[in-house]
Amino acid sequence: MHPVSGQPVRLTVTDLAVRRSGRRIFSGLSFGLGPGEALMVTGRNGAGKSTLLAVLAGRLKPEAGSLALEDVGEASLPECLHIVGHRDGLKGALTAEENLSFARGLLGDPALAPREALAELGLAHALRLPVAYLSAGQRRRVALARLLVCRRPLWLLDEPTAALDIASQAVLAGLMASHRAAGGLVVAATHQALGLADARELRIARPAQDERPAARSGDAPEDCA
Amino acid sequence: MIGAIRALVARDLVLAARVGGSGALSLVFFLMIVALVPFALGPDLNLLSRIGPAILWLAAVLATLIGLDRLFQADEEDGSLDLMAGAPVPLECMVLAKVTAHWLTTGLPLALASPLFGLLVALDGTAMAGTALTLLVGTPALTFVGAVGAALTASIRRGGLILAVLVLPLMIPTLIFGVSAAQSVAGGTVPFGTPLMILGGLSLIAAVVGTVAAAAALRWSE
Amino acid sequence: MWTRLANPGHFMRWSGALLPWLAGLSAAGVALGLYLSWFVAPPDYQQGETVRIMFIHVPAAWLGVFFYGSMALSAIGTLVWRHPLADVAQRAAAPIGAAFTLICLVTGSLWGKPMWGTYWVWDARLTSMLILFLIYCGIMALWRTMEDPNRAARAVAILTLVGAINLPIIKFSVNWWSTLHQPASILRMGGSTIDPSMLYPLLTMIGAATLTGLSLHLYTMRTEILRRRVRTLTIREAERLDAGAVGLAQARADAVPLGQAL
Repeated sequence: MHPVSGQPVRLTVTDLAVRRSGRRIFSGLSFGLGPGEALMVTGRNGAGKSTLLAVLAGRLKPEAGSLALEDVGEASLPECLHIVGHRDGLKGALTAEENLSFARGLLGDPALAPREALAELGLAHALRLPVAYLSAGQRRRVALARLLVCRRPLWLLDEPTAALDIASQAVLAGLMASHRAAGGLVVAATHQALGLADARELRIARPAQDERPAARSGDAPEDCA
Repeated sequence: MIGAIRALVARDLVLAARVGGSGALSLVFFLMIVALVPFALGPDLNLLSRIGPAILWLAAVLATLIGLDRLFQADEEDGSLDLMAGAPVPLECMVLAKVTAHWLTTGLPLALASPLFGLLVALDGTAMAGTALTLLVGTPALTFVGAVGAALTASIRRGGLILAVLVLPLMIPTLIFGVSAAQSVAGGTVPFGTPLMILGGLSLIAAVVGTVAAAAALRWSE
Repeated sequence: MWTRLANPGHFMRWSGALLPWLAGLSAAGVALGLYLSWFVAPPDYQQGETVRIMFIHVPAAWLGVFFYGSMALSAIGTLVWRHPLADVAQRAAAPIGAAFTLICLVTGSLWGKPMWGTYWVWDARLTSMLILFLIYCGIMALWRTMEDPNRAARAVAILTLVGAINLPIIKFSVNWWSTLHQPASILRMGGSTIDPSMLYPLLTMIGAATLTGLSLHLYTMRTEILRRRVRTLTIREAERLDAGAVGLAQARADAVPLGQAL
């Protein structure tokens, strides 16, 4: 019932507009992502990067526009994605393994075992440590390990490199590359380069009414105008 | 689908056991209210045994409120709610799983401990059994009604007090039929079965309405 | 000498050596006390054999109050000298005191059944013990809700002291409330009216129970110190992970389970 990363999946967003407590965050946002493609969402603080991810994750209702994930059958958009953000969805009283097994049981379509997923991120011995004892970077890596315990075609990553050291950033880049090689999609909101090869960039600028942001190709330098 | 529900119930039970959450606290609160009443009314055992079922029910209603504010708020704050929204089951099932786990750790111990606390208000054996049975049947209604309030206040920082104000009026029918069923055991004009059936019906209605409403409140919480 | 004894490391050493003796002594004391109270003490001319509940009930009540007192002293130690062992003593005392208070309540209500015809009467003494039990519950709840043991210790110390100041007031008001509603006609058990044939077994039981309580307290304190060490080691283990994050591949190989690190 649930799409495997190997299947070709396409994300299409057309004319998206979002209003949050009366304030317009952005409007007229359109982009499309084919199998294996990645999108870097950039922009200043408060430009609406996290908001866009929240809309994609189904937590916020868009004011206008449409989102569609094609070729996934009956599954709805939130059921086809992983989200890793500031709120990491980890319970401090549970060990890393328990947190990951819970995510595995909850999200379905299991892939790697929690032990293997943590080993991928270099946290093998955090397996039996309660997450409350871990540092911010380690917590983030446990949250990223969730990407590996269940197969989901679309990864939504909100500042995934925050609190990560260089080595872990390289690991993350490798994970994203292999996910994309298998036909998966990545949408990442970020301030810095993620090591995403030929990722497209979507720069959200404020005030949103003046500009119509559009997806551009290439590694354009970050523009803080 | 069953797997996701089982995973959530198991996680919440483990968390409740490990963090020592609201279950033990609401039991102590329950005991405290039962202990407070005689100080206000006087230790007249005849009077206490007459109003005993009412005291226990009132204490149970208030004790249900303990810990209810964190039911969804904790998951909203740390992002677990996003995970649940991404589970391949309707959000209603997730709410049902969470509320069931919450009832197992708060409502059920309350109903099971009520005979013990019935001793304090000099209930006799049948009245005690009757009160415990009505609490067993009625506390799900309290928890599910409370869950609606918990979902509505999930993203409010200081939602605890608002929560009490929101849900207490909705708990009145359960209180009415719970007390009247419990008191009809001790003798009265109403047979025991009728209010108990209504109480069971209220719990079932609350389970359906509460689950749907709480899921709706959580779905677009912002 | 006192500071040396109170150092957690030294404490672990001397308490470890003392504990078996103390436990053996209290076991012997309890055995003697139970023998005296079950087989030697005569049945009461009014209450018959049920009076033997007293030999459990009274020591339990004494220990319930005793441990609150020791918690209050430790609380002063926590607040004034900020001594870690005072925190530990305070934390370890709460569940033991609560357990003895609960035993007192249960035996009291079992005693009440033949005496008053019902398991519970809102008698001033029992009611005060019930309130003490509720205060214990509150203190334990506060311990459990706070993650950081040092912050929790200070908060609990304040609560304990406020409770200690309030306890006499509570006792007084409960007595007032009780006499307001019913004349003092029920069971009197003053120290002067008790017959020596019962007094000595009772005193033995109280002494033995105090020893038992003390050994339990030492044992729980040791457990609590070990628990804090586990916590510190776990945090250190997590930090060590961060330090070793550079060599990701090697980190996997030389994983030391926490059990061995202890």
